[in-house]
Amino acid sequence: MFKSFPKGGIHPPENKMTAGNPIEVLPVPSAVTIPLAQHIGAPAVAIVAKGDEVKTGQLIATAKGFVSANIHSPVSGKVVKIDTTIDTTGYKQPAVFIEVSGDEWVDTIDRSQVIEKEIKLDREAIINKCMECGIVGLGGATFPTHVKMGIPAGKKCDLLIINGVECEPYLTSDHRLMLENGEEILTGVSIIMKALGVEKAIVGIEANKPDAIKSLSDLTSGFKGISIQPLKVKYPQGGEKQLIKACCNREVPSGKLPLDVNVVVQNVGTAYAVYEAVQKNKPLFERVVTVTGKHLPKPGNMKVRIGTPVSALIEAAGGMPDDTGKIVNGGPMMGKALADLDVPVTKGTSGIILFPSEESKRSEVTPCIRCGKCVTACAMGLEPWYLSAASEREMFDKTEAAKITDCMECGSCSFVCPANRPLLDYIRLGKSTVMRMIRERNTK
Amino acid sequence: MSFTILNTIIMLSLLGMVAAVILYVIAQRFKVIEDPRIDIVADTLPGANCGGCGFAGCRSLAEALVKADSLEGLLCPPGGSETMAKIAVILDRQPAAVEPKVAVVRCNGTPENCARITNYDGAINCRVAHSLYRGTTACQYGCLGCGDCVTACKFDAMVMDPVTKLPVIFDDKCVACGACVKACPRNIIELRKKSRKDRKIYVSCVNRDKGGPAKKACNVACIGCGKCVKVCAYDAITVTDNLAFIDSSKCKMCRKCVAECPTGAIIELNFPVREQTEASRLEPDVKE
Repeated sequence: MFKSFPKGGIHPPENKMTAGNPIEVLPVPSAVTIPLAQHIGAPAVAIVAKGDEVKTGQLIATAKGFVSANIHSPVSGKVVKIDTTIDTTGYKQPAVFIEVSGDEWVDTIDRSQVIEKEIKLDREAIINKCMECGIVGLGGATFPTHVKMGIPAGKKCDLLIINGVECEPYLTSDHRLMLENGEEILTGVSIIMKALGVEKAIVGIEANKPDAIKSLSDLTSGFKGISIQPLKVKYPQGGEKQLIKACCNREVPSGKLPLDVNVVVQNVGTAYAVYEAVQKNKPLFERVVTVTGKHLPKPGNMKVRIGTPVSALIEAAGGMPDDTGKIVNGGPMMGKALADLDVPVTKGTSGIILFPSEESKRSEVTPCIRCGKCVTACAMGLEPWYLSAASEREMFDKTEAAKITDCMECGSCSFVCPANRPLLDYIRLGKSTVMRMIRERNTK
Repeated sequence: MSFTILNTIIMLSLLGMVAAVILYVIAQRFKVIEDPRIDIVADTLPGANCGGCGFAGCRSLAEALVKADSLEGLLCPPGGSETMAKIAVILDRQPAAVEPKVAVVRCNGTPENCARITNYDGAINCRVAHSLYRGTTACQYGCLGCGDCVTACKFDAMVMDPVTKLPVIFDDKCVACGACVKACPRNIIELRKKSRKDRKIYVSCVNRDKGGPAKKACNVACIGCGKCVKVCAYDAITVTDNLAFIDSSKCKMCRKCVAECPTGAIIELNFPVREQTEASRLEPDVKE
């Protein structure tokens, strides 16, 4: 009954300490910083100026180009300045700074708690609504949802897969959302099904969340065409291609997209955001973030306004423990260490994890012993040792031939390496270089 | 028995002769006429295949040199003017003026000047570190200290200083091939005109932030105040994106800007020690 993907995969310790903590709403901070590049694609363009008064949910930056997304004010207050701020990696990015006063929402947003199940909008209107409300994929990649919903001519889609896997250790935000807002999520799934014109949707959930599987299964009777698929616990099952293989046994060919096997994948968080946008007219300006850590006094799942500084989240979780060695934005496998605590929460922030210093250091790097564990672990069937070594020696044409662009940077190879080699570090370098080479070749 | 041996010898000789004729005909028919000077020029070049000239290797440069009408723009940086003069004689052309250059590291972010606020324990490689985060300091432009430039240097002219965490360039060994310039993901290293007694004046900073954030990140950052531009009598200094740049072809080494710089971002090297009086500050030595 439990399905999974066949190739590779690992079992890191789960450490889902916050699975039992209900989502709590974090108070609105006194000031927010809203980066204009919160999604994959071109950064949005600010349409407010210094001194403007904004309301919660008001559009403050418009999408630039096809693959881009609108950004809305998460608070009501006054625009202090439009300047640069540091993003999660520490580099400077343009951003809008807003000083908060009160919390006055835009009138068009329906703030009632009633669950609206009836879908009134048609296909085009749904896609437009998602575009207007700035919905992006909340699984972490932040790909604009309206682009994914609009199926290009010549392609067809017959199945929607909803990603409720949350295979990253520590993170529980999607898990809590499925438990607490199951009906909204399933309505959101129905909306996406209507937008895509498909009859069938599968929600994939890993077996370590039996309560979520049960509660959603109980709810599916009220929704047509939606089924719940329990999955074996294995990382990286949340990877798009792995999830498709696990749920419907279709294999996405190398270099192709899920749409090439007639599938579209969306995250549960995205489904919830789509529900809010379409049924409640609420733009995407808040999200659930898991704030956790082994020595954190009060870890939990928090509903946070975009733009809140990470330091405020840690404060709400009981303050930073003294022995903190590393603070990671995202999951422990794919997330990146934060360079600064003033970094704001963005649409793509799924978790903030505080690691004690004894767990945060990498071990000493020793020579590769050719054990092949990385090859066994790779869920894409690649040879991480080779890609890494070739990238290190700048033999990028060889890494391209060895399909480095198929790597999804899940980090399983680095995790299993007994020699502690920084495999993924070099593969990322090689992958970005090869992607640039391909782009340059295509533009010539 | 003897007949077999004789037969074999005759057969093999005949085969050999036929093959020789075929090879001779083919060699004549498909002969590649190559300028013999290419070999001579290639032998004159240093043979390091460093790529500093912009060609794939020494032989590629030799081919380009022989083909070119003038030697303008073609230069072997490691060989310098000496080699180029020899080549000019071989090719019987006017030698192009060669300006000796040397690499300088435009960052002074030592742990003393620029506080370390984070740790990095990933792969020791500047390009990997650059793609991951801004670095261990608050400056997103400065040296990452992983030593990609030192690895790229084929002339042993660079080494990482363990105290300052910055690369050091040995002027006597540097041939200005530019390998380090290409290796640095942050464009910190620059090739500058070599001056008398290896004297140097340059802005040792690449921070393009406004004054406040730049100064906050590093004590010796260029804040783009423009004081050096005003004091320079030779129009050698320009400020673009909050960063001053001294054009080494216009600079007369008067050292006025060094004294004027409020943060100490402009560096003077290999000059005699200044007398610490006001008078000597106002009257810098212009001996060039």
